[in-house]
Amino acid sequence: MPLLDVRNLSVSIPTPDGDVHAVRSVSLQIERGEIHGVIGESGCGKTMTGMATLGLVPKGARIAADRFHFDGEDLGANAARLRGRRIGLISQDPAAALNPVLSIARQLDDVIRTHRDMPRQARRAEAASLLAATGLPDPERVLKSYPHQLSGGMQQRVVIAQALATGADFLIADEPTTALDVSVGAQVLALLRRLVTERGLTVLMITHDMDVIAEACDRATVLYAGRSVETGPVGAVLRSPGHPYTRALLSALPDAAPHGARLAAIDGSIPPPRSAITGCAFAPRCPQAMAVCSAAVPPERGRDTHRWLCHLPEDAA
Amino acid sequence: MKKLVQRLGWPGTIALAVVVLFAAAAILAPWIAPYPAQGAGAPNVAAKLQPPSAAYWLGTDHLGRDILSRILYATRVSLTNGVLIVAFSLLIGLPVGLAAGYFGGWIDEALMRGTDVFLAFPALLLAVLMAAALGPGFLNSIIAVAVTWWPWYARLARAEVLVLRGQPYVEAARLAGVSHPRIIVRHILPATGRPLTVQAALDVGPALLTAAALSFLGLGVLPPTADWGQMVDAGRKFFPARWWYSAMPGMTIFLVALAFSVLGDALRDRKGGAARASA
Amino acid sequence: MELLRYILRRTVLSAFVVVGVTFLVFVVAQVVPSDPAALYAGPRPTAEQIEKARQELNLDAPLPARFATFATAMASGDFGISYKSRRLIAQDLRAYLPATLELAVFSTGLALLIGIPLGVVAAARQGRWPDRIGSFGSIAAVAMPTFFLAMILQLVFAQWLGVLPLSGRLSREISISAPLPMVTGFNMIDALLAGRLDAFGDAFAHLILPALTLASYPAGVAMRLTRSAMIEILERRHVVAARALGLSEPRILFGHALPNAMGPALTVIGLSFAYALTGAVLVEIIFAWPGLGRYVSEAILAKDFPVIAAVTMVVTICYVVMNLLIDIAQALVDPRVALS
Repeated sequence: MPLLDVRNLSVSIPTPDGDVHAVRSVSLQIERGEIHGVIGESGCGKTMTGMATLGLVPKGARIAADRFHFDGEDLGANAARLRGRRIGLISQDPAAALNPVLSIARQLDDVIRTHRDMPRQARRAEAASLLAATGLPDPERVLKSYPHQLSGGMQQRVVIAQALATGADFLIADEPTTALDVSVGAQVLALLRRLVTERGLTVLMITHDMDVIAEACDRATVLYAGRSVETGPVGAVLRSPGHPYTRALLSALPDAAPHGARLAAIDGSIPPPRSAITGCAFAPRCPQAMAVCSAAVPPERGRDTHRWLCHLPEDAA
Repeated sequence: MKKLVQRLGWPGTIALAVVVLFAAAAILAPWIAPYPAQGAGAPNVAAKLQPPSAAYWLGTDHLGRDILSRILYATRVSLTNGVLIVAFSLLIGLPVGLAAGYFGGWIDEALMRGTDVFLAFPALLLAVLMAAALGPGFLNSIIAVAVTWWPWYARLARAEVLVLRGQPYVEAARLAGVSHPRIIVRHILPATGRPLTVQAALDVGPALLTAAALSFLGLGVLPPTADWGQMVDAGRKFFPARWWYSAMPGMTIFLVALAFSVLGDALRDRKGGAARASA
Repeated sequence: MELLRYILRRTVLSAFVVVGVTFLVFVVAQVVPSDPAALYAGPRPTAEQIEKARQELNLDAPLPARFATFATAMASGDFGISYKSRRLIAQDLRAYLPATLELAVFSTGLALLIGIPLGVVAAARQGRWPDRIGSFGSIAAVAMPTFFLAMILQLVFAQWLGVLPLSGRLSREISISAPLPMVTGFNMIDALLAGRLDAFGDAFAHLILPALTLASYPAGVAMRLTRSAMIEILERRHVVAARALGLSEPRILFGHALPNAMGPALTVIGLSFAYALTGAVLVEIIFAWPGLGRYVSEAILAKDFPVIAAVTMVVTICYVVMNLLIDIAQALVDPRVALS
């Protein structure tokens, strides 16, 4: 049984100007021990999917799904209980994720004492060991510091330590490398992979960066306009993508272009979040679009665990 | 009516109604007061210090006068107080602020340091000092409070003018050779006047409160003229046994000040809301 | 460096304001009245008393000379003699100042203790009824006339419920039969120092109603400031992160969000203290509190003008100094202030 089982998840937020469809239809399954990447451009609903899993959607937002289970339990009803206990969050932008007026020791201590019953000395030792586990060389100094005294990479490790402190076995990493330099980001990804193997964790990695998917993930799901359009093992998705959007994304990467040639870009823009969509959301921008694409929701194509939604027959790559 | 509620919300509309009611009471006092002569000051010693009853709705004071009538007559004094204080303060503050903001330089520095000195005082103390120096009386207490109030308007006016001074049409007028006074009167004054007048209208409430505090201390109008603050003070001797004497006028002051406060909030929210909608 | 320049600039400005204040008091006291001598000659002065005052004030001398005399007298603490108490005004001031200070300090503390938690709760329950009640409460607190609130509190707690004393600083039993040794002038502190718990409780009971009256307006302000600061902070990412990490709501509100909102608290302290100093004039009358406020109000009734001038002078200078200190404190806490 997958640890996280999501089928046809939708999240809409009512506003005075109409409902915002942050997530229209997302399906994915994550197995224990897997690092699963969710990739898409800004506004595709990837962060909101993560927030829905934690039960931290804006007030008044409506969540609906055919199935939305974590370890067999329904997330709609139990998110608050599972949050912080089984499901942890590594926030975007570690500088913003840490409280500027509290010391690191205090921020870690608060998490530890919420989830464990330990005397003060033991908690301090636990905090230090968690920091060491994330690769920080001088945990004592870091504990005494305030967030603004640490570098971006160190802040991110502290945030990871906080997530570990909850004792959660499922972590949602929301753009963990976006705010960091490339080399530091690579270290963080390596750290996450190591922690997954060492502690038997499962990770949902949200990102807009293909390199992150390539480097760190076992499986990936591609989101477009609030819909999951392709999912599969990373190797298959990157080497033989099925969905035209995935193909366009990959060819738009700077590395994909031959030296000196113009960069390929995808014409058009994503549909506005308030509008309803009939048929395939990508149809207006798809180079291989057919009449049926704008009329009917595309069927599922693909083999084994590599699937995508498209009207085009499978070998039309 | 519906449009009014839309603009102000229910609390704001009720507050506006209260303010209008009090203005009406001030104008119509001699006609709606149950005992107009007593309201104006005539004693009625036989009925002194009676609790609220059918004959005297809010009770009577130490000279037997109907408190309701006294309060209604006092409305004229208090509202006039508030309006005149604000008007005087505008009269002094607006030109000072205009001059400081428009001409800038050392004029601005000098004028602003001057307002700083006035603002350094705790307002009530300066008003007390001024009122003590001038002596009791209706006009004197107004001047006393206005002396502490005008610096706020000067600052407000100056801030508005600073914004306007940078506007293209003002620049254009200067370049075309239009004289300073002309520019001020035709361009700056109208634009500054509007927000300041709104602020001033809302300030009548707090001004009224300060004037009441002065009367309470004995520095306002002289008896037998009815005045809310003075009535509260006079009733103190009989408090808390004959609580109605101080409580009734005190409650009135509170209600009027509250109405202005709520109205001010409602207007500010509406302006803020409009700004948000257009953003 | 910027900080030092800022402190220097503000101190010089304050010194200038002090001179200005002295001049303004001089003008109001000696230039504005139609006959300053009559004013300074005490209540119901005789012709010869007025003549004496005229000579003392040196009314024929040119204005700058008179101002110089006035300013030097003020600077050396020579405020003249009070007609009512027949003592040096400076002595009176020293006697009455602690009582008013005690009120001001206590009410400021109360204002923060009431206002800040209410602001936190209002922000956490934004839009719902605790928030609406709180908003209305703070508007009412601002509109309520100080003297009226004092009288209502007196009526309810002292008269109807009989729980608290009606007036004064200490009950007769204690102040007459077993008086407190005066160390600081702050009754509560002196009681603790002397180990007298009965006096401590008594002093506290007398202090509560007047302090509550003076605390209401600043509490309202504190509530609004805390509320708006908290609303902004509760949207920040580190609060969302704290929630995601499973921390309990109270811990997030008070342990994580509130510390970020403490900046406005500094402003409220200044405002509250200032409000208490002026409001004391009204409150001390009603509660028969022997402080500067009552001193001034009795001087008004007794037409004891030199007292009014002296108190205005002294309190205003305290004001200026206090504002200066608060500005400096704010610059220390938030370096951006020094750059403005």
